[in-house]
Amino acid sequence: MNAPEAKSGFRHVGTRPVRPDGIDKVTGKAIYSPDFVAPGMLQGAILRSPHPHARIRSIDTSKAEALPGVKAIVTADDFPTLKSLMVTMGESAGNIIHVSRKCMAQGKVLYDGHAVAAVAATSAVIAAEALKLIEVDYEVLPHVIDIDEAMQPDAPLLHEDMVTEGVQPRPDKPSNIPTYVSKTKGDVAEALGRAAAVVEGRYSMPMVHQGYIEPHACVASWNADGQANIWCSTQGAFVVRMLTASVLGISQADIRVTPLEIGGGFGGKTTVYLEPVAMLLSRKSGRPVRLAMTREEVFRASGPAPGVQIDFKIGATADGYLLGADLSMKYNVGAFPGNGVQVGLITALYHYRFESFAMHGWNVVTNMPGIHAYRAPCAPQVNFAVESAIDELAYKLGIDPIELRLKNAVVPGDPGFTGGTLGEIGFVECLEAAKAHPHYSAPLGPNQGRGVAASYWINAGGPSVAAVSLAEDGSVLVTTGSPDIGGSRASMAIMAAETLCIPYEKVRVTIADTSAIGFSMVTGGSRTTYATGKAVIEAAETIISIMKARAAGMWGVDVADVAWGDGEAICLDPAKDNQRLPIGKIAARMNNTGGPISAEASVNPHDYLPAFGVHICDSEVDPETGQTTIVRYTAIQDVGRAIHADYCEGQIQGGAVQGIGWALNEAFIHDKAGRLDNPGFLDYRVPVCSDLPMIDTVMVEKPNPAHPFGVKGVGEVPIVPPLATVANAVSRAAGVRIRDLPLSPDRVYSAIKSKG
Amino acid sequence: MTKQFVTTTVNGDTAEFICEPGESLLDALRGRLQLTGSKEGCGSGDCGACTILLDGEMVCSCLVFAAEAEGRVIETVEGMADGSVLHPVQRKFLEHAALQCGFCTPGFLVATKALLDHNPDPSEHEIRYWLAGNLCRCTGYDKIVRAVQDTAREMRNERKTA
Ligand code: FES
Ligand code: FES
Repeated sequence: MNAPEAKSGFRHVGTRPVRPDGIDKVTGKAIYSPDFVAPGMLQGAILRSPHPHARIRSIDTSKAEALPGVKAIVTADDFPTLKSLMVTMGESAGNIIHVSRKCMAQGKVLYDGHAVAAVAATSAVIAAEALKLIEVDYEVLPHVIDIDEAMQPDAPLLHEDMVTEGVQPRPDKPSNIPTYVSKTKGDVAEALGRAAAVVEGRYSMPMVHQGYIEPHACVASWNADGQANIWCSTQGAFVVRMLTASVLGISQADIRVTPLEIGGGFGGKTTVYLEPVAMLLSRKSGRPVRLAMTREEVFRASGPAPGVQIDFKIGATADGYLLGADLSMKYNVGAFPGNGVQVGLITALYHYRFESFAMHGWNVVTNMPGIHAYRAPCAPQVNFAVESAIDELAYKLGIDPIELRLKNAVVPGDPGFTGGTLGEIGFVECLEAAKAHPHYSAPLGPNQGRGVAASYWINAGGPSVAAVSLAEDGSVLVTTGSPDIGGSRASMAIMAAETLCIPYEKVRVTIADTSAIGFSMVTGGSRTTYATGKAVIEAAETIISIMKARAAGMWGVDVADVAWGDGEAICLDPAKDNQRLPIGKIAARMNNTGGPISAEASVNPHDYLPAFGVHICDSEVDPETGQTTIVRYTAIQDVGRAIHADYCEGQIQGGAVQGIGWALNEAFIHDKAGRLDNPGFLDYRVPVCSDLPMIDTVMVEKPNPAHPFGVKGVGEVPIVPPLATVANAVSRAAGVRIRDLPLSPDRVYSAIKSKG
Repeated sequence: MTKQFVTTTVNGDTAEFICEPGESLLDALRGRLQLTGSKEGCGSGDCGACTILLDGEMVCSCLVFAAEAEGRVIETVEGMADGSVLHPVQRKFLEHAALQCGFCTPGFLVATKALLDHNPDPSEHEIRYWLAGNLCRCTGYDKIVRAVQDTAREMRNERKTA
């Protein structure tokens, strides 16, 4: 696996070297957020609401305060009153008031597990004791979990002041519907009227969770002069800084956020739940304070992915050309308005050339935790409906499902998702690779079915800063502000080494804290290798220019007569005998030739390209139990160009398996009282090793011309196709179409029985 | 309640600590002995991030009372390498990129060592079922299984040539 496979003229790009942070992570030395200790640190704990919806009449903390060892207690009263302000967190956006209310309930609790008070004490045992002594007087209110019920005019209202945006005229009454969006093209009713085949159905799935194995944790230390340190695991230290400063009403420069190693995030760690609370506890106690969630708290009180209810109608000509699509989407965004259906709208239909479509979407708030980003946020849900229906249509028309997709697939030059035209996308190439793959023509066993689905993800660019500097021996330091969530130190080192033409091991990468480097957007949106990579390459190129100038000076020639190659400056002046100066020699003399050699690049690129993936799954359904086994799985993806081939494959495999879990097992289940019934890994069942076969990957490489090495972004699209891929396979195996997820044994079993 | 004084052996060295009667061995390792290599993903025996060997047997240290460690022999991820020479499974996890975030990795490494101690030539099926108590949310397990297979192969070959 690890043998370098240099190709297409690259010496490092596309190889599989050991990651630079590897040894720390296999020896237990790496410090993740729950591992961090500050001198004199107190242990914090959070009291959470047992009710999904209630007014807080009063909170009495006096008994808890009197407990020896308790050093600080915080409630909503300690949070400043904020003005409404929209803030972006990378892959999601929200109102700062709601960010604050996710940290601590203000006036009302809106979901089971909503924070109502926090304690810092000299031990975790005392902190837990103190929570029991806090008396909260709740006026319990009727709650609502279901999308349809929440949309009723007489539904319990979560926010008395919330009216639907996007509706004309503006409604005069509040509702649980924060957002309506729509987009149409042509006349759908007319187009569907001409269709040779029409498929229509209602698709649904419950909320699911990212399920990162490391629970949220942080340590905060806020000094009397206003300056603070936060150590936490996050996909974006700058987001933590901005949100914490905004929630607390303080200067961003007063907060230094150090990103520790991060134990998974998948979009879920691009916001704050604990940091502002830990800050307030620290200011009150004068000591550093640790807050860490338990697994149960993670499930009850972080940011899951929306559940949906989708009505979809689609029609095509007899030879398989798509005529029209009529799509209604309702996204359950939990307790706060969130970025739900807005993203559903741009990730639903744009991979095919529909003659016409009508899309309508609503976000709906309910008494569940407010949603947050989860890997290609909000795309898998709608893709499940669209790709299930496409599959049905193909079978109805007697056309091979990949063939039907090929007939309608968008190609470079077609209209873009958000305006403009599509660049060098590789959708057709992925479909062709799927069709040609031996998996697609392999024979199936009894009770087995094969499914295919195709998807896209927009990807992202945005601001990043990187610094590159030389040590005196010519080794190279790369510094970025992009937390390494799955091997990005390795890809940054590869790109720097490739640019400078030096060995991979001569480059070392540091993830800096927010006070040590300029702003970078979160590690998310599949943007890091693309955007932060561009910053690294640009800074490395500046380093080359400086080194060439220094070499020119040392040789006494014009800089135009110096080239760079093979890790050394090459003198082109024939009078100088083609002399060479290796990077080490230039570095050794740098402080006599003009000073330290270092460069910073600040980029904000938007010439990213969307990613496409096509997955194939064979499933076997036990007709006696409804139990599904994934027998074989192949994921094909246009990656632009793989920088570190193993970590690219790893992203594809990990995303596919999260999607398989979503399709088969995962669901937030609430009891009648509105409490989350399965807040643990025993009952919220993520895929385990014995559930799965190997996940075969095919990396199609159609480079992004706007990136020096062709990067497109790989991390997110692989979670999009599996929902429909698995559902299509199960529907074939079971002989009955199932439109609701998860495909749990009981659901599949009753579907088999009901078909008779 | 009275605290307990515990004397145990951790990674070959004597270790002593004082703990609460209800404290988990995982909390004692992480909090009292600063051995934070073992991770807590759930605290309820469902994720395997806290996997250690207790008298050679694989256990979830979050389900063991710290006081139960009295007189026992504990092995954690921190004790797997021989000085600065990695255990083959540690090396193979790196070579195969069998970790992304790395949070589940200590548990997988200890569990794999236990597997290979019991069964030097496990089938893919046996590997998948042995590791079914260890959750990884990042990798989809493919590269983990391959790393384990490759480790087993290498260790068998070494035994043959030894
Ligand atoms: S922390 Fe022990 S099994 Fe999860
Ligand atoms: S590598 Fe992240 S949980 Fe396994």
